[in-house]
Amino acid sequence: MADISFRVNGSERKVSVSPQTPLLWVLRDTLELTGTKFGCGAGLCGACTVHVDGTPVRSCSTPVEQIQGKSVTTIEGLGANGLHALQQAWIAEEVPQCGYCQTGQIMTAAALLAKTPNPTDDQITQAMNGNLCRCGTYERIRKAVHRAAGNGGAR
Amino acid sequence: MSPLSRRDFVAAGVAAGAGLVIGFYLPHGSQSGRKVFSPNAYLRITPDNKVTIVVARSEMGQGVRTALPMILAEELEADWKQIEIEQAGASTLFGDQTTGGSASIRTTWDPMRKAGAAAREMLISAAALTWGMPRSGCTAENSSVKHTASNRRLTYGELAEKASTLPIPTDVTLKQSKDYKIVGQRLPRLDTPAKVTGEAIFGIDFRMPGMKFSVLSRCPVIGGKLASFDDKDSKKLAGVSYVGKISDAAVAVVADSVWGAMEGRRVLNVSWDDGPNKDLNTSAVMASLKQGASKKGASLYSAGDVAKATGRRISAEYELPFMAHAPMEPGNCTAHFQGTKCELWAPTQVPQDCRDSVASAIGLDPDQVKVNVTLMGGGFGRRLEHDYAVEAALVSKAISGPVKVLWTREDDMRFSTYRPASLHQLGATLDGAGFPAALTHRIISPSISGQKGQPTPGGVDPDLPDEAGPVYPLPNYSIEYVMTETPVPLGWMRSVYALQSAFALESFIDELAVAAGKDPLQYRLHLLARDQDLQYFTTTWHTARMRGVLQLAADKAGWDKPLPAGRYRGVACFGCFASYMAEVVEISMENDQPRVHRVVAVVDCGQVVNPSILEQQIQGGIIYALSNALRAKITIEKGRVVQGNFDDYAPLRMEETPVVEVYAVPSTEAPSGIGEPSVPPLAPALCNAIYSATKKRIRALPILS
Repeated sequence: MADISFRVNGSERKVSVSPQTPLLWVLRDTLELTGTKFGCGAGLCGACTVHVDGTPVRSCSTPVEQIQGKSVTTIEGLGANGLHALQQAWIAEEVPQCGYCQTGQIMTAAALLAKTPNPTDDQITQAMNGNLCRCGTYERIRKAVHRAAGNGGAR
Repeated sequence: MSPLSRRDFVAAGVAAGAGLVIGFYLPHGSQSGRKVFSPNAYLRITPDNKVTIVVARSEMGQGVRTALPMILAEELEADWKQIEIEQAGASTLFGDQTTGGSASIRTTWDPMRKAGAAAREMLISAAALTWGMPRSGCTAENSSVKHTASNRRLTYGELAEKASTLPIPTDVTLKQSKDYKIVGQRLPRLDTPAKVTGEAIFGIDFRMPGMKFSVLSRCPVIGGKLASFDDKDSKKLAGVSYVGKISDAAVAVVADSVWGAMEGRRVLNVSWDDGPNKDLNTSAVMASLKQGASKKGASLYSAGDVAKATGRRISAEYELPFMAHAPMEPGNCTAHFQGTKCELWAPTQVPQDCRDSVASAIGLDPDQVKVNVTLMGGGFGRRLEHDYAVEAALVSKAISGPVKVLWTREDDMRFSTYRPASLHQLGATLDGAGFPAALTHRIISPSISGQKGQPTPGGVDPDLPDEAGPVYPLPNYSIEYVMTETPVPLGWMRSVYALQSAFALESFIDELAVAAGKDPLQYRLHLLARDQDLQYFTTTWHTARMRGVLQLAADKAGWDKPLPAGRYRGVACFGCFASYMAEVVEISMENDQPRVHRVVAVVDCGQVVNPSILEQQIQGGIIYALSNALRAKITIEKGRVVQGNFDDYAPLRMEETPVVEVYAVPSTEAPSGIGEPSVPPLAPALCNAIYSATKKRIRALPILS
């Protein structure tokens, strides 16, 4: 057990857990932020994507000790002032089917738009390729990313 | 006019507080001649003008929490913006609540409409009585009744109490499709906002005070058993509170967190008795299908005399592997056992089976088990099994407290139920013009129902015939089924047997077209040329509707226009779950592998309830089918499932995703299935395109094996 401190969605949090615990389970079980999903536990599907200091990471494969002192953004904190442009675009394009992977998709897309405000199709594919969707929503995801980019998604 | 008999329509009880409560029963299972009456849906209107529609099917992404209420709201003349949705748990009030077989819309279409229409008529009567006016001048719209001549209006909420005292009409008029305001509209799904904010609660997200987490260590060999275990190392870990045998082949580790339980399982010292299948491998399974092929099977369909036809004979064998559903949300269930009752929060397609199976497993009566249905992160048939629920209940009973049992991805991949592997022997005798004078299709496959101990009358899996899909009317036609056995656990996976049958049949039809030197599209259109109704099994198929989807797909794909250099096309059509589907797949070949650029998909599924949801289902079905066709293969070595995660069982990613164009043939026929019909034609259409590109015929899936 170790005390580990980091920021989550702007708030200072301190947890007392085994330092090897993946960030995913700290977020879900300790901090009860269940918008971040468990899909594979091996960094293969992207359902657990969060931002650590602005960079998208697979929280299922990130030991919590590695984020000591860092700043984590989850889907719950993405739209600090209401819905993020991507969340609005996801609604407008009716992207989700089962919806399970979509919070991870949105977090990956948000990191893309932060760096590349007007991505090309190829840039979207490259960024989103690590995020699996078994409902096959990829086409609408692509449209939603473009829509958000057009609406200033990189704010 | 659609008559609604009194016995079909029984009030199901009174909700708390004053209001109009309508439950309704419709004949169920009348196929066998028996009339079993079960309620299918539920409507509640309260004086505060809240219109609540209960959804008695499970939401796994297919949109039932939006589409089913749309049907009822249409007839009710409800204000859609004010509709509230309630998810039904396992109940005795709703008939069979199984969510599967692309059946949610088609089985609730009539009951939902009748419920809405009856309620509407009662509300109109209530207004007329309140005003002392004849009914004839009163009309319903936007959740209120108005009397235009006198400029009066009362909301449904204001009328609810009065309406609840009125008799339920025995005869209601249903709206005509031309008057629809809700059905047929691209209305936004009601569940979307919560799914993009992270607020949506899936089974895995449900929490309750005092809840523990559990993962199970299961015997990795199919049919093996627990020999012994030593929990010393597990119990040393902080947070691990319980380790115990939970069944003949599983040990549960319980902890304060998922990670704690996973770590406890990792260090658990367990030994297994591998049992009778310790040497089983995939090649033995496929060999058992070949052996089965020498046996005489049960006849699924027979017309004319296939032996009498003379002409050029062509035959081919097709083979399909085991496949796994692999929904994004791994299996899980939360249970709270409390002595004489047990409550479950289950992401399940079968709430009633969960209730009954749990009751049986923990020694309670079914009415002592309450099943709440959560959102599901995909289902695809995997959650037609009750295994997660039974495990959760057993662990909860063992620890006398609430617990969530969670499967890891590897658990999901290795302890699933799988789409049966199958072998297909196709044979045809071509007439002088090159068309089949006779066609035979022998399906050799283990039976899902058979393995589960369910009835298989005449040696036939009851799900098989209507999915075995003779699409074309042929004078001499035989379909035969040889049921084999396998210890590999079997389950119903999206489009079930239709996937296998369509791959074999629609690949073979292409082979015949090639042999006849004819265009594969024109060949199919010729076989469907004459207007005919075909009832091979349960569904009556119309050649005109199949021809319609095929022709529209060809038109939209530009079948008659030349493709750019390096591009190739394939076509396939199939009917299943009472819907007609045709797909044209456009590919190029890169390093001997197909790259799919475009899929044109045309469906005739009768009246479309929500075109946006329909497009989602078709696009999703095609991506799922493309994953299946390219790579999906579960293999067995030493009695163990080899694949474990999304690296060795790799679904389609964005870079491989083609453009999918979806078209629905306009129709006012009753709605038919939409969740599954897009899956079966994809693999044959793709393989036919590959043949067009390479002149190599793919007769075994997956393509990239």
